[in-house]
Amino acid sequence: MRNNRSLFANIDWTLVLLYLLMLFFGWLNIYAANYGEGTHNLISMSSEPGKQLFWIGTSFIWILLILILDGKFYTTFSYLIYAVMIILLIGVLIVGKEIGGAKSWYEIGNFSMQPSEFAKIGTLLALSKYLSQLNINLGKFNTQIKALSIIAIPILFIMLQPDAGSAIVFASLFLVLFREGISNIYLVIVGFAIALFVITLKLELQTTMAIVTIIAGLFAYLLKKNKNSVKPAIISLILALGFVQSVGYMYSEVLKPHQRNRIDLILGKIDDTHGAGYNLHQSKIAIGSGGFTGKGFLDGTQTKFNFVPEQSTDFIFCTIGEEWGFIGSIITIGIFMLLLFRLIILAERQRSAFSRVFGYGVATILFCHFFINIGMTIGIMPVIGIPLPFFSYGGSSLWGFSILLFIFIKLDAYRMEILR
Amino acid sequence: MSRSRYANRRLFFYFLFGVSATLLLISLFRIQVVDDSYKLSADNNVIKAVTLYPERGYIYDRNGELLVTNQRAYDLMVTPRQVKKMDTLNFCRIINIEKEYFDKQFSKARRYSSYRASIFIKEISKQTAAQLQERLYEFPGFYLQERTMREYPQKSAAHILGYVSQVPDYILKKNDRYKKNDNFGMTGIENSYEKELRGTQGIQYLIRDVWNRSKGNFQDGKYDSLAVNGKDLELCIDIKLQKYAEQLIQNKKGSIVAIEPSTGEILVLVSSPYYDPNLLIGRSRSPNFNRMYKDENKPLFDRSLLAEYPPGSTFKLLNALIGLQEDVIYAGTRFSCDQGWRFSPKLKIGCHAHNSPLNLTESISQSCNAYYCYTFRRIIEKYPTAEEGYDNWRNHILSFGLGNFLNNDLYTGRKGRVPSVDFYNRQYGKKRWKAPTVISLSIGQDALVVSPIQMANMCAAIANRGHYYTPHMVRKINGEPLSDSTYTIPKHTTIDKKHFKTIVNGMEKAFTSKRGTAKTARVKNIEICGKTGTAENPHGEDHSIFIAFAPKENPQIALAVYVENGGWGSTWAAPIASLMIEKYLTDQVSNTNLESFILNGNLMDKEDEK
Ligand SMILES: [Zn+2]
Repeated sequence: MRNNRSLFANIDWTLVLLYLLMLFFGWLNIYAANYGEGTHNLISMSSEPGKQLFWIGTSFIWILLILILDGKFYTTFSYLIYAVMIILLIGVLIVGKEIGGAKSWYEIGNFSMQPSEFAKIGTLLALSKYLSQLNINLGKFNTQIKALSIIAIPILFIMLQPDAGSAIVFASLFLVLFREGISNIYLVIVGFAIALFVITLKLELQTTMAIVTIIAGLFAYLLKKNKNSVKPAIISLILALGFVQSVGYMYSEVLKPHQRNRIDLILGKIDDTHGAGYNLHQSKIAIGSGGFTGKGFLDGTQTKFNFVPEQSTDFIFCTIGEEWGFIGSIITIGIFMLLLFRLIILAERQRSAFSRVFGYGVATILFCHFFINIGMTIGIMPVIGIPLPFFSYGGSSLWGFSILLFIFIKLDAYRMEILR
Repeated sequence: MSRSRYANRRLFFYFLFGVSATLLLISLFRIQVVDDSYKLSADNNVIKAVTLYPERGYIYDRNGELLVTNQRAYDLMVTPRQVKKMDTLNFCRIINIEKEYFDKQFSKARRYSSYRASIFIKEISKQTAAQLQERLYEFPGFYLQERTMREYPQKSAAHILGYVSQVPDYILKKNDRYKKNDNFGMTGIENSYEKELRGTQGIQYLIRDVWNRSKGNFQDGKYDSLAVNGKDLELCIDIKLQKYAEQLIQNKKGSIVAIEPSTGEILVLVSSPYYDPNLLIGRSRSPNFNRMYKDENKPLFDRSLLAEYPPGSTFKLLNALIGLQEDVIYAGTRFSCDQGWRFSPKLKIGCHAHNSPLNLTESISQSCNAYYCYTFRRIIEKYPTAEEGYDNWRNHILSFGLGNFLNNDLYTGRKGRVPSVDFYNRQYGKKRWKAPTVISLSIGQDALVVSPIQMANMCAAIANRGHYYTPHMVRKINGEPLSDSTYTIPKHTTIDKKHFKTIVNGMEKAFTSKRGTAKTARVKNIEICGKTGTAENPHGEDHSIFIAFAPKENPQIALAVYVENGGWGSTWAAPIASLMIEKYLTDQVSNTNLESFILNGNLMDKEDEK
């Protein structure tokens, strides 16, 4: 089958095109976010747009490297790469630079590097490797534990930084296990847990526990004839009550006041436009004032002068929303949907489980970033600092996402050479 | 293609992605399209970055007279999108513009950005601004931004001071600290001391509502910074003398440069025709600049620094000094002069009628040409080849600060030209020239050119009997004396101090001897030493030159005067120099007849024949 060995043979141009489109649109908005009255020389190595150009350029070098490397490389070295990434995650806890209360960054000269962005690649490679073994059976408890451990180990170290945003992204890899055959029950449990979590925080603790008990009672009444279900039902009730109890405990004892504030804001329990809610409020004003067609490129007023914090990193969507309006929102979300659907379609056409798992992993990670990032700028998600892939300013995240995407593109191009 | 196990679970992912995207889009649609409150919030929440302009440094003269100060001016700013329906005609009446101009400016502002403020009208006057300020609430979208403009209370010294305007594009491109519409010193001291004068801008972020009412500082001024005023300068200039010099040379073209020999401080730097520096501020700058730029008398051209003329007979002083230094003449040396010097029927230099032979002192006071032809030949021919002799002579000349930049704190200047050996080799061929070939150098002609300030500096070096301090313009910055060694360490000429005595005596005799070239310009009780010169002008009447210093011992002032088309040095330049000296040393003028002759003299219509 090795009839065409050129570098770009068999690569999926749809993905590449979407990738370039996002880089371009993202860069325009970083430029706009930095554009202010009287500013000039925006394209220099001391400005964000200038540096981002550098990151884009160096990403292309990574991409070239990935395409040159043989597809076998990734399966062969997955565990090794995973191990190196874990070591980097441990190392950052020791020698990392503390920014905003978290030790998430290595500082090398003028540049900073965030190891969690690269740990995603290692974790996904290891997970793909593990799940692509012959006769793997996710129905077995042992296998489940091992697979979950691969995801849990980096989460542990990331929580120590602490970086809740990245931890959530890693946790989302659980969805890949679902695709690979882990029982539905788990998904249902996770779904219920999230629902309970939100309800617990939204309402009072006692109210929630009362509701849970009443629902359990209703179920017990409906299932009264089925003796076999009594025991699991009681266990479920106890677990649910315990979960509610611990969420309440976590909320009031573990979370720091500012984190609690953010959650309260999302839940609408407090309405604060000056304290913690200030950022969210300004972010919504920026996006909302864009209207249907937007104010026009470089004509934004709210995303200048630091109204919105971190305008070109985590809040880059504010600039999109303000200057490009609802049309810009549709375009951005549309591009992401095309990308995600294309990734799933390609993942499904893989002959090897390795490539398929990897494809699903890439889709899941990108989706998680996309949804949480945009969600937080409009207040339907808590403000946890994770970047919008390919749009946000920043070298580590751009490199990380580019490498993720192009490893999959390489695996996909290589699929014909893998014997089933 | 057969699907792998659990392939149907992909549908869950499609579902998850689709629902999430829909959720985001619905929320965004609500915020961006349905709900208007965010648009209002944005309008209510316009942050105005108000630049706090620092006050540009003041400039004083050496006696503390204020030369340059600042006045308030206002830029009328507009944010097009905030402009509501308003009484445009009334608005135009208040700020005194035509409706057409309003429309033009408004569409210009809108082209720039409808959401961000831009300058609607630049530098409107205090009075207009005050009238407008009261009624500004009627015109939402417009506001006044304060800035400062220069003001020149003395109405003098325009070339020295230079002018300030909006920072030009080429500076904007290469220097990050400037923003569009910032002030920038374009010429003169404003330019060469821009760094000291400009200060540092501050910025204040204010929250304003749609009616432009301030709602306080953004985030309690967390991002604000204060303006730091520029530094004040004290110039070496004596503005009283500067103005007197300007009066004396009015209606004539030329320049006057005066230096304090003991320090190198420039006392006077006049270029004529000159102009009132207040012409180049505010909105009238550009029409005035264009008018003066086109003026055939070139008032914008600083002759004192940029004009290059042959030094003429004043140059004999240097040749005499070199002759003494090289031991080819001595004080008693006499050369005969029969109305000039003849080398061959073709090559001769004429001279005016005078007694013959003359000694060295007399040759200076009576300015004999032949004397210097002989001296120059001896200097050059002392060495085996003309090249060596010439090079040696040239080094002496260069040591007086001629033929090169002075490297001072003035924003512009000229090297002048003391021709090199190569220059003549190119002109005549190697070894094809000798002392007689370039004999006019002996009387300051040939390819030799110097600028007036170099000439004044040369005079200061003679006044100091052999050294000079680099002439400079600024004495103190914010009250601190300048410590730059460029201006405090004397530069020595190649001539020994003992040789100056005879020369200085000759310069004095130019005034005191009854055959002296400057006897009509003599001043009672002041020992002035001077030398006339005439720069040949191939285009018309010759330029009148005079250099002088006084008093003879411990000189306090050395100057060079150039009057274009003034003919003999003794006619215009010498009287101007002596009036300047008397005014400076005694603060009065005894020979009022001479003064009024000079004041009323008009040489402007003596055009160069073209
Ligand atoms: Zn003579």
